[in-house]
Amino acid sequence: MTSQPAAQLNIGAAPASDAATVEMRCTGAWTVDGIAELDRLLETLSWPERGEVVVDGSALSSLDTSGAWILHRTLRALERRGCTVRVQGLRPEFGSLLALIASREIATATPVAAAPGSLERLGRLAWTGLHGLAAYFAFVGETSIALLHSVAHPDRIRWRVILHNMQSAGIDALPITGFLSFLLGLVIAYQGADQLQRFGANIFVVDLVALAMLRELSPLLTAIIVAGRSGSAYTAQIGTMKVTEEIDALRTIGVGAQEQLVLPKITALVIVLPLLTVYTDITGILGGMVMARAKLDITFPVFLDRLDEAIAISSYWTGISKAPIFAMIIALVGCYRGFHVTGSAESVGEQTTMSVVQSIFLVIAADALFSIVFIWLDL
Amino acid sequence: MGPNERNAGTGPVIEVRDLNTRFGAAVVHENVNLSVEPGEIFALIGGSGAGKSTLLREIIVLQPPVSGSIRVFGQEVVGLSDDAALPLRRRWGVMFERGALFSSLTVAENVAMVLHEHTHLGERVIGEIAAVKIALTGLPPDAGPKYPSELSGGMRKRASLARALALDPELLFLDEPTAGLDPLSATGIDELVRSLRDGLGLTIMMVTHDLDLLWRAADRVAVLGRNRIVGVGTMTELSRSEDPLIRQYFFGPRGRAARQQAWKNE
Repeated sequence: MTSQPAAQLNIGAAPASDAATVEMRCTGAWTVDGIAELDRLLETLSWPERGEVVVDGSALSSLDTSGAWILHRTLRALERRGCTVRVQGLRPEFGSLLALIASREIATATPVAAAPGSLERLGRLAWTGLHGLAAYFAFVGETSIALLHSVAHPDRIRWRVILHNMQSAGIDALPITGFLSFLLGLVIAYQGADQLQRFGANIFVVDLVALAMLRELSPLLTAIIVAGRSGSAYTAQIGTMKVTEEIDALRTIGVGAQEQLVLPKITALVIVLPLLTVYTDITGILGGMVMARAKLDITFPVFLDRLDEAIAISSYWTGISKAPIFAMIIALVGCYRGFHVTGSAESVGEQTTMSVVQSIFLVIAADALFSIVFIWLDL
Repeated sequence: MGPNERNAGTGPVIEVRDLNTRFGAAVVHENVNLSVEPGEIFALIGGSGAGKSTLLREIIVLQPPVSGSIRVFGQEVVGLSDDAALPLRRRWGVMFERGALFSSLTVAENVAMVLHEHTHLGERVIGEIAAVKIALTGLPPDAGPKYPSELSGGMRKRASLARALALDPELLFLDEPTAGLDPLSATGIDELVRSLRDGLGLTIMMVTHDLDLLWRAADRVAVLGRNRIVGVGTMTELSRSEDPLIRQYFFGPRGRAARQQAWKNE
């Protein structure tokens, strides 16, 4: 196909007729592969202002719909300028193809909407922001109503779904959360060791590691990992179900999407995230213990003795108490974003990204808020 | 060769020889043979799970058979890599059963994307050609800027067909072109298939369940059953067949109605 001569249009005065008649000879392959050059040339061509134009197609080697379109477009342009166009020598099958194109209503110029001004953009941004906030509150409200309904009818609680969610968000996350918090404990002890050694205060590494892990780092780290692992999965799952109309199917069967999809996820995560936090507390301190022994010669029994003295039980509880709130944030944002997916595969990706970014942002913001509240409560 | 000369070529467009397909222990095809001649509308029919779509996927090099030979335009395609298959794939268009339109692009962009990928045409003319293809499939002009999710099922099929036609293929594969359509839209597809063959000189191979479509549009029909081709011929020939499977297909209540309708129209 590519070896064929490209499409050409030779223009000249028609032989043996008056000077007003122009003859155009179409040659070569007027196909999708052959018309690129011709199309560029046609743009620069100036057409005769009226008079007769004879289009000779006898030397066309082939014509496809793309070529026929170019020919059709040229003929129409000539007619619009007031020329009388006569087509001759076209093979019958090419003629019928040309007629087929001519018979269709073709939308050539797609209207391009004018780009909005900066004020309009700002307005739209503010509006979508406000609208999004309102929609989010509406979603939280709907979920609360579903929760109350569920409490009133405990027989409708989907324990199997909750257990399945606990498995995937909790038990399956044990290796990664444990390993990362172990490393974090290791790093904190290592960083602290240098400073503390200078003051001969080796034993205070226990305070450092334990306080940092229990109060702040372990709940935060766990929440962030779970937001990345499970929050994104919630969005992708609900989003895909929306694309495939499974959400509508659920409603048709008489099962609320909230009841089937959202509540079990929230319940499971609220149960599982505090438990995961306890586990990462342990692995984090374990990391600190290992580093303390290696770097500061603090043996495990000494470390544990000091742990008992140094840490008030309230430190442990303040850390754990954040976890259910983080869990709610992650599950709510993940599900909310899932319901916001519209039609396309790209939208699933977009909303999943937003879900992870927003839930991590909100988790850290909530953590800061907790710090203020705890200082205020003197905990 | 132009599209209208393409049919003048000698030899079948598609030739399947001694094809065997198995999924694990389940045998799908056992020594399947068939050939599609240039310029004909060839239909592949058979019950659910008979391996029609699998055969189609094997012909368009999406899935390899266990053994056997498939020649398209005279070239062996079994075992062809994606790179090696590209020149062939440019010569055929595929309309998938569920449309498989790119959901993040508009209909016009779906068609234009193929042209951007494979031609050196300018932006403007690509837009125009995309509009031509959209019009050829009978979609209204305002369908171009719409997203697939905004279209009805029938319009989505037509949009998918417009994309399959983007490069003016010589051979068109249609997987269940009328499945899930209302009778009116389905009738539109019958006419569309015939007008495409007549107007553009295409060879069309389709997989379908739709007896009306078969009576109205198909030149030749192959019946896939019991892991092989149990009959090939025109609809009239097949309707005289003694094979129980074919008789079941044609003389079930729906088959009879479609046949009567076809006679009435003639």
